[in-house]
Amino acid sequence: MTRSELQAEAAASGVPGSGQAAEILRLDRLSLRFRGQRADVVSDVSLRVSAGEILCIVGESGCGKSVTAMAVMGLLPENATQISSGTLHFDGETVDLRRARLPAHLRGNRIAMIFQEPMTSLNPAFTIGDQIAETVLRHRGGSRAEALDRACEMLEKVGIPSPRQRLREYPHQLSGGMRQRVMIAMALANDPQILIADEPTTALDVTIQAQILDLIRGLRRETGMGTIMITHDLGVVGEIADSVAVMYGGQVVEQGPVADVFDNPQHPYTIGLMSAVPRLDSPGGRLAIVPGTVPTIDAMPEGCRFRTRCAFATPGCARRPALADLGGGHLVACHHAPLETNVSVRA
Amino acid sequence: MTDATATDPVLASRPENRVWKKFRSHRSAMLGGGLVAFFILIALAAPILPIPDPAATDWGAVRKAPSWTHWMGTDEIGRDVLSRMIWGAQASLLAGVVSVGIAVLAGVPLGLVAGYFGGWPDAVISRCTEALLAAPFLILAIALAAFLGPSLTNAMIAIGISATPIFIRLTRGQVLNVKSEDYVDSARAIGLPTRKILSRYILPNVMPPILVQATLTIATAIIAEASLSFLGLGQQPPAPSWGSMLNTAKNFLSQAPWMAMWPGISIFLVVLGFNLLGDGLRDALDPREH
Repeated sequence: MTRSELQAEAAASGVPGSGQAAEILRLDRLSLRFRGQRADVVSDVSLRVSAGEILCIVGESGCGKSVTAMAVMGLLPENATQISSGTLHFDGETVDLRRARLPAHLRGNRIAMIFQEPMTSLNPAFTIGDQIAETVLRHRGGSRAEALDRACEMLEKVGIPSPRQRLREYPHQLSGGMRQRVMIAMALANDPQILIADEPTTALDVTIQAQILDLIRGLRRETGMGTIMITHDLGVVGEIADSVAVMYGGQVVEQGPVADVFDNPQHPYTIGLMSAVPRLDSPGGRLAIVPGTVPTIDAMPEGCRFRTRCAFATPGCARRPALADLGGGHLVACHHAPLETNVSVRA
Repeated sequence: MTDATATDPVLASRPENRVWKKFRSHRSAMLGGGLVAFFILIALAAPILPIPDPAATDWGAVRKAPSWTHWMGTDEIGRDVLSRMIWGAQASLLAGVVSVGIAVLAGVPLGLVAGYFGGWPDAVISRCTEALLAAPFLILAIALAAFLGPSLTNAMIAIGISATPIFIRLTRGQVLNVKSEDYVDSARAIGLPTRKILSRYILPNVMPPILVQATLTIATAIIAEASLSFLGLGQQPPAPSWGSMLNTAKNFLSQAPWMAMWPGISIFLVVLGFNLLGDGLRDALDPREH
């Protein structure tokens, strides 16, 4: 494929990448708002995940990361959400999200999700064995004994010692890291093609965090599943991601292979995020900050949503910038990109 | 690891054990449980106990004070008060348990629907609940019992219906709490159907407060049954009931005080028992202290 063909394809689907590995999930132009709001909380978001790929969605709280994931899973409350556009291509099915949700028989089966808070994500009334077996029974049928065997196998896979005994334990008897492992075991019990992990390590301490990331990476290698990981921790992204989508105010502002985005960030917001990360190699200096705060969704500016906080903003930014390919699948939604050639001021 | 699991006190204890342990160390709860167990036992054993027929009259022993032949004395037509007390316990406990059973069976599903689905089902159920709650419990029960006609069965139905709104309210509130829990989202994320989510994820987690409320409501229902029987709307003569015994006894308070004393004491004790039991359960099941 030539560069121009690549760009044409990227422009058509609105997502980056040339697709060396088989694409598993594609989300096209998702826009949605909650009832009573005047602007979209997720605006024109497109994502694409291939087999074995780990895509990280980063952005600060309230930027629409989790809502996007919930919309993909079909978990948003129907009566409180208005989806104005969006198509999901997954597992041979095309779902028009305006009218339908991801069919329930795919949830927990072909596509699985783990949540941020392992302490509250398990049902306190049943043993963990019961809960993992429940997922297996729901999608694979068979006997309870078989399902429990599968649960045991999964617990072993996620590194829980003496899984037979653990099956009979209740969530409150496990630590946070253990519970997150159980959540992962439950999510992966039916060999999903896609795992959506909504800040899976935020509630865990650093050593456990590293273990869980290792686990996800290992399982990805083993099963070839695609992963969408939502996080606000750039360290996590650097450690685990193949590609990254940076979201701000409900829009994807920069997207591409992690090396490109991290080494050569092109959107002013991404640059701001990068320079706000404390560094071990140049300690002592003050951390850069992104000035101001995210406007509330009703107060979002027209056009580029970052322009009220951006050092490079010009009147032209009142027009919404499209995600343009800078080459190699590195997409940026900024009128001034690439910054080296278009901007001469210093931030 | 196996050894660690076996010896680690945290891992070894199960929630059931902890609840039971907490309950056992709760003295008044154990007293309440004992009282309730005692009354249940004598009510169940009524047919096999060596006591006279509670409806058999003896004109030679009218309004006799307690003695060796009649441990609790006799009533105005010579019936053995002890025997009537024991058979009356059956009526009282049955009324308490059955009417609360009706209230729970009707109230909990309605509360689940209202709380989980929201929208118009919630609006309809909640407005009806409020309408029922606007009438005082006993007045509503009396009105319903009078409307249905006097009998123990109808009294139980009337009390059950009157107690239903409490359970709808309680369940709905609990469901609203539980349904925003992450584990409910994760149940939906694994593709469980609504029916399963309600029965396996919501119901078990709203049960503890409902159990406590049910125990406390049994006490209220026993008083209500006694009140209805006292008014002639419950158990019909000659079948014994503590309420109807009190009704007759009120005419002979100065001549035969024991006729009123025993049913009064029994109602007091059984109601006290259920209240202590309910309080104990509440403490034992309180998740905040886990």
